Amino acid sequence: MSILRPAATVVVGFTFLLGLAAPAVMTTVAGAVMPRQAGGSLIERDGHVIGSALIGQNFTAERYFHPRPSATSAADPQDSSKTADAPYNAAASAASQRGPASQVLLDAVKERMAEAGPAPVPADAVTASGSGLDPDISPENAARQVARVAQARGIPEERVRAMVEAATSGPSLGILGVSRVDVLRLNLALDEAR
Amino acid sequence: MTLLGWAQIALVLALTVAAAVPIGRYIAAVADGRVTWLRPVETLFYRVGGIDPARGQDWRGYALAMLAANAAGFVLLFAILRLQGVLPLNPQGASGMSSWLAFNTAVSFVTNTNWQAYSGEVAASYLSQMAGFTVQNFLSASTGIALALAVSRAFARGGLRELGNFWADFTRVTLYVLLPMAVVLGFAFVALGMPQTLADYATATTLEGAQQTIPLGPVAFQVAIKHLGTNGGGFFGVNSLHPFEGPDAIATALQIMAQAVIPFALCLAFGRIVGDIRQGRALLAVMLGFVVVATAAIYAAEAAGNPLMTAMGVDPAMGNMEGKDVRFGLPLVALFTATTTGASCGAVNAMFDSFTPLGGMVPLFLIQLGEVLPGGVGSGLYGMLVFALLAVFVAGLMVGRTPEYLGKKVQAREIKLAMLAVLILPTAILGFTAVSLVLPAAISSIQDGGPHGLSEMLYAYTSAAGNNGSAFGGLTADTPWLNTTLGIAMLLGRFAFVVPVMAIAGSLAAKPRAPEGAGTFPTHGPLFAGLLAGVILILGGLQFLPSLTLGPIAEHFSLLTGKTF
Repeated sequence: MSILRPAATVVVGFTFLLGLAAPAVMTTVAGAVMPRQAGGSLIERDGHVIGSALIGQNFTAERYFHPRPSATSAADPQDSSKTADAPYNAAASAASQRGPASQVLLDAVKERMAEAGPAPVPADAVTASGSGLDPDISPENAARQVARVAQARGIPEERVRAMVEAATSGPSLGILGVSRVDVLRLNLALDEAR
Repeated sequence: MTLLGWAQIALVLALTVAAAVPIGRYIAAVADGRVTWLRPVETLFYRVGGIDPARGQDWRGYALAMLAANAAGFVLLFAILRLQGVLPLNPQGASGMSSWLAFNTAVSFVTNTNWQAYSGEVAASYLSQMAGFTVQNFLSASTGIALALAVSRAFARGGLRELGNFWADFTRVTLYVLLPMAVVLGFAFVALGMPQTLADYATATTLEGAQQTIPLGPVAFQVAIKHLGTNGGGFFGVNSLHPFEGPDAIATALQIMAQAVIPFALCLAFGRIVGDIRQGRALLAVMLGFVVVATAAIYAAEAAGNPLMTAMGVDPAMGNMEGKDVRFGLPLVALFTATTTGASCGAVNAMFDSFTPLGGMVPLFLIQLGEVLPGGVGSGLYGMLVFALLAVFVAGLMVGRTPEYLGKKVQAREIKLAMLAVLILPTAILGFTAVSLVLPAAISSIQDGGPHGLSEMLYAYTSAAGNNGSAFGGLTADTPWLNTTLGIAMLLGRFAFVVPVMAIAGSLAAKPRAPEGAGTFPTHGPLFAGLLAGVILILGGLQFLPSLTLGPIAEHFSLLTGKTF
């Protein structure tokens, strides 16, 4: 039929052009011109990859600033047919997807509130991020953690506060987005300051 | 809501409309065959395909060619997804998709829906992402734009038999409009931090000593066309929330612009094709008005926060943060949400399932209004033109005159076909939702209790039939029932809608174009814009009111009383 030949031509031809050739050119050029970004903004220390500058990591120790709650999970090591909580599992980004009146959600928030200090608590400290990999916390959230980190590390609060300041970015171009504190950058700076 | 927040929204919208002006002029030139800078590639397609770009097709020929191209795309994508486990470029060893999931996914990408019942970094190989999804992101978008050009030509002159050549429109739009825009935007995205690599996933040892697998891939180019083509299917499971798919507020602002600019530009291209730019501006103004109102509603609802959490001692200053990342901020989340659901894109930079009830109702309602505000690339314009015909018909009834649009008499045949098209959406959405709410196999997919559970199911069929692709993600969508019926809803929303529209175009094209007279109802002024908005709300939206009352509205009032589920 006369309609099959053009249909096959455009689909196969464009699959080659847009699905193989164009991404190959993009990958080659991007890799040559912007190798760091094209490769995932990986951070290396002593020849080892310690993470990506864009992807959040889990921190639970007292001497580190803590990131936002994360709803990512992974296969349960005890029983691979089930999943278990695995915060900041970058291999499977996920949100809680719980509705605003969900008892499961509100129970989780209540549990986090118990550890979050006096009310009012910044919302980002007790709610799970949308990606499960949020690299940032709000400046208010960071400010409430300064005393704990300073005490755990035995350094003056003033110094920690200055490092929080250094890891804080304002809105992009001065207008887009919000002020935020990059948790991995901050914790790296704390470790390197010793 | 803050002044700075509104300044962000105003800035991004203004830049989008400003960009739409030259792009609209350029698309009109492409539609005319006046753009030729990739002539050797273009003619190669014609030679191999046996295509004569100068040979016009009537509406049937045009629609058949479109269906053939889409069927071929479906077959190839289905095969790639089933076989990805044994095909190359599969560094993470993703296995072939089940036939249910492959059917749903292939339909989803071919119909420009990009509903995703799988998670990208877990279930798709690099080959599937590039040669499968990226390609269909382009081709489903070119299909929509080509159809919109054909429908526009029906209004351009009188006594037309032919609407253009599908193969030529399709090839030109892909080569001259989408490909260059995606390349430029793709490089901008890499600069902002999106990966573009074929390397394996990286393994990191975190500061606390844990192992973290960092997924990579050819992300930036695919994400560029995902927004430009109003496709919306994420490279990663959490879509534009993923730090690699939405690295910062600039990236999210560019994505907002990318997903709205072609639908806006097509209105202006329409104005040029019919020889009266004011007609295109009127359609654009109505779209823009709805986007602004919807953005304000989402912004207000989310900024108020979750009252149940405020009562527990959470500071409401940041608004409702469950399911949101910090870096974008609420104003850009609200504008992104309004444009992605108004424009039939379906990408997300926040999780709708965790929105406040009214904040989540807005995206749901925007899709239900027919995906014309501004709608998908191409589909938004031809959907809007259907509503424009209905609007002049309603106006004609009020004053007792034969309605005309752009000098073309609108008669019984066109109105019957327009109503047929407009009724597809409520039939598919409400029909499938109603059946699914009594079928145990479907109900078991619902995550949340109470009215929110109903919203999850209603949103799924709304998103599928509206060819949007966003979701209330708590729903477990990868089941045979949902994969199949959502796939059917997507096919109905795309093809059962566009075939009657093409029939209208064919019928209108043949009619003479009467000159404007003293009694002509002007279709470029504020009166017509207001009438059009009213028709969209009443004909497009009213039938969904009962379902919205049972879902988000009931949830809102139960939330105010403190009830949980």
